[in-house]
Amino acid sequence: MYGFLIAVGVLLLLSLIWMVYRIQTLVSVVKGSDKKIASSSNKINAILFIVFLLGAGFLMFWYSIKEFDNYNLPLASEHGAVTDNLFWITMAVTGIVFIITHILLFIFPYKYQYKESRKATFYPDNNKLEVIWTIVPAVVLAVLVIGGWKAWSDITAPAPENAHVVEIMGYQFAWEIRYPGVDNVLGDHDYRLINEVNNPSGVDFSDKNAFDDFTSPVMVLPKGEPVLLKIRARDVLHSVFAPHMRLKMDAVPGMPTRFWFTPTKTTAEMRQELGDDDFVYEIACTEICGRGHFSMRREIRVVEPAEYQEWLKEQKPYIVNDPTLVENVSSELKELADITISEYK
Amino acid sequence: MAAANVALHDTHDHDHDHEHHDNFITKYIFSTDHKMIGKQFLVTGIFWALIGGFLSILFRLQLGFPDMELYFLKPLLGGWIDDAGKLDPNFYLALVTMHGTIMVFFVLTAGLSGTFSNYLIPLQIGARDMASGFMNMLSYWFFFISGVIMFCSLFLENGPAGGGWVVYPPLSALEQAIPGSGMGMTLWLIAMTFFIASSLLGGINYITTVINLRTKGMSFSRLPLTIWAFFLTAVIGLLSFPVLFAAALLLVFDRSFGTSFYLADIYISGEGALPNTGGSPVLYQHLFWFLGHPEVYIVLLPALGITSEVIATNSRKPIFGYKAMIISMLGITILSFVVWAHHMFVSGMNPFLGSIFMFLTLIIAIPSAVKVFNYLTTLWRGNLIFTPGMLFSIGLVSFFISGGLTGIFLGNSAIDIQLHDTYFVVAHFHLVMGSASFFGLMAGVYHWFPKMFGRMMDAKLGYIHFWLTFVGVYLVFFPMHYIGIAGFPRRYYSWTNFEFSNMYTDLNMFVSAAAIITFAAQFIFLFNFFYSMYRGKKASLNPWRSTTLEWTTPLIPGHGNWPGEIPSVYRWPYDYSKPGAKEDFIPQTVPLSATPESNLPHEQELVKLEKEIIAEEEQVLVANGSKEA
Repeated sequence: MYGFLIAVGVLLLLSLIWMVYRIQTLVSVVKGSDKKIASSSNKINAILFIVFLLGAGFLMFWYSIKEFDNYNLPLASEHGAVTDNLFWITMAVTGIVFIITHILLFIFPYKYQYKESRKATFYPDNNKLEVIWTIVPAVVLAVLVIGGWKAWSDITAPAPENAHVVEIMGYQFAWEIRYPGVDNVLGDHDYRLINEVNNPSGVDFSDKNAFDDFTSPVMVLPKGEPVLLKIRARDVLHSVFAPHMRLKMDAVPGMPTRFWFTPTKTTAEMRQELGDDDFVYEIACTEICGRGHFSMRREIRVVEPAEYQEWLKEQKPYIVNDPTLVENVSSELKELADITISEYK
Repeated sequence: MAAANVALHDTHDHDHDHEHHDNFITKYIFSTDHKMIGKQFLVTGIFWALIGGFLSILFRLQLGFPDMELYFLKPLLGGWIDDAGKLDPNFYLALVTMHGTIMVFFVLTAGLSGTFSNYLIPLQIGARDMASGFMNMLSYWFFFISGVIMFCSLFLENGPAGGGWVVYPPLSALEQAIPGSGMGMTLWLIAMTFFIASSLLGGINYITTVINLRTKGMSFSRLPLTIWAFFLTAVIGLLSFPVLFAAALLLVFDRSFGTSFYLADIYISGEGALPNTGGSPVLYQHLFWFLGHPEVYIVLLPALGITSEVIATNSRKPIFGYKAMIISMLGITILSFVVWAHHMFVSGMNPFLGSIFMFLTLIIAIPSAVKVFNYLTTLWRGNLIFTPGMLFSIGLVSFFISGGLTGIFLGNSAIDIQLHDTYFVVAHFHLVMGSASFFGLMAGVYHWFPKMFGRMMDAKLGYIHFWLTFVGVYLVFFPMHYIGIAGFPRRYYSWTNFEFSNMYTDLNMFVSAAAIITFAAQFIFLFNFFYSMYRGKKASLNPWRSTTLEWTTPLIPGHGNWPGEIPSVYRWPYDYSKPGAKEDFIPQTVPLSATPESNLPHEQELVKLEKEIIAEEEQVLVANGSKEA
């Protein structure tokens, strides 16, 4: 019944609009305004540009200021300070251009709207002007690019020797985190060794570097010390995105990638700063990877270096939790593995 | 020389249209007339725009109103609405994918370039038709077949392709990874193959026609900027589409014949390790974006060309910096081929490449900036008439600025780390590429409708359409910048799984509501378009008082466009408001010798030359006439 009433309502509304449309067409024919070069609508359109300029400009400033703390994500990495800085410098430069060009774009229509008495200025070219507005943007852009290039080179430079290595592997639809243990060297891996029950990242336990490797449901990192993420994927493309760290790098099957950074604030410090006791650093996926793309969440917990060392000591390697992993390795390695296992017990 | 030859040829078949009797099939379906083919592209493009727009409304419902129960869509979407009334996440991805594919290729490439290159090139350069009418027909019908296949894929049980419009492997190669990579992806690849063939056939034709079939006097330096834009667009397409074909072909091999171009070291949950090794998913990205980035300019340049023409006409002023406009378009054309990897800063490619592509990318901003300044100067001290076409052109310039400026953020690899694949990118390209090109398309339709159908579209409805769409587009895409700066990733079904993105539900609701209103506003255009086609006010021969050649044809041009001789061209296309002239425009067909009162000093010198040529031509005509007699 409601559906029927709505349908009737819509029909009536449409016929009303139709009537208005026909009437205005006929009226304009009678008045002869359809023969004029520019009808009275010309003025209305010109005014609307000014209205739009003022209205949209007000909305933009109002919302940008009001929401600043919302969209401006808290920052917790060293290189992030640099890129954020670049972002806001670019914002200032482009913002000025944006505002000036739009003021001109919307004021000109008002100012130079059609008048029968006036003739447009025949002004086909001016090479001086063209040169100016080729060179000025070129210089400005060059400055921006050089800033960006420096930052980019620093960020993508090889990680410092002392960086803590952490492996993060994307798969449908989660992240697997692997720490290299005390030796800070990750054991080899091979995708053919992957076993979803006890070896999801395909660690090769015939490599003795793998003996102290361990996994963790949370990525725990020390504050103020460089961390090297070794990134890979085991099925399709994923992308590691840690928004508060200003970090993003694709995880590519068959091609390991990396990203190093230095966290600057512990989770606890950030909680205090924001006054939010539930705050956590997060990792998300930003490369479309299938049905669960929107749910690949991992937590990063940044702690003081001392606390980090403590935490490291508490972690138990893969082979301690599941000694069957080293059942089939050669006898020499088996011995070594057994020693490692016993050390942790 | 070529132009002269054509003029001779044409004397023989200028009464073509009297002999030719079309039946329904040759006139409306398998037409070889460029005007009909242009209209076919336009109507098909409008059809696809509606489908593409509708798909976006579906996923905007999910994003804006995540708690809404969508049972009312069940009759349409069937199993894609689950028992709880929610959209299936796989189908959500398919919607995003198809929206992108349809809009980029079917609407903004075929619908825009296909329509106006076909329709305008012969009319504006003074040619009887395209160089090859048959290839032109084939171009449309390949596009049509491509569309039919893509349309069918929407109804597959496992859904259409769902790996994003870029269809990156391995996701797009492995059916186990996402159901859309099964039959849906196969059909996507077949459809794209036909589409590429269609683009190439069209492109070759546009290039050949512009080079060879210009009328007498129509030198390259007298071409309207529309033609320059279509010409360069065709060049870009011709050079880049084959690379997409190669990428797609290798993907077909990987999918169906067990090769490993893009696949390496893959373990599928529940299935085990795949045998493929040694391939590189990044290779596909390089190949894809080698088309993908020029594609941006394939959709944008025609829109810019149309805008140049419409703004100059309705400002009653010459376009400012005609040569600078051409040079910047040439610059964009060349640079568009060397910036592709800025889509891949964080793909894992060598960071050194990132630096190179950052430099190249920001260089391409310069010609774009020049174009904007030239548009602004064209408006300055004009005598502006706000036809709907003019409004849409001004809207385009606004979007081009807004979206272009955010490109400076994204082209900077250091800033891109944070913004890559967030809503900031979505906002950026929807403004600069999507909305700007769409507005170019609309400007073109409103401006050339009188030529296409001999009737006027209703201006008032056009105004309403413009203002609703212009404001609507900004309300949809401007807020996305905030969401993007906040780090919201693209192609997310929902953002509530993360603390950092568990906000802005209000803003997303607002965006979705704005999108629905904007989409609804397009029906005003649709009504205006089809109603005016049959019942619109009869157009005059040159309703916008424009200088270009198409307005010298009869109201509804027949086969061969001009009933008699093709008019010769004596001046550039932007003689608006010339000092001394009686009218505020001088058509290209008016000889300089006829307008001594308004000629500039260097033009006065050309008058002599012009007189000699005219005399020469008359002799030829007389000679021909005596031969025929």
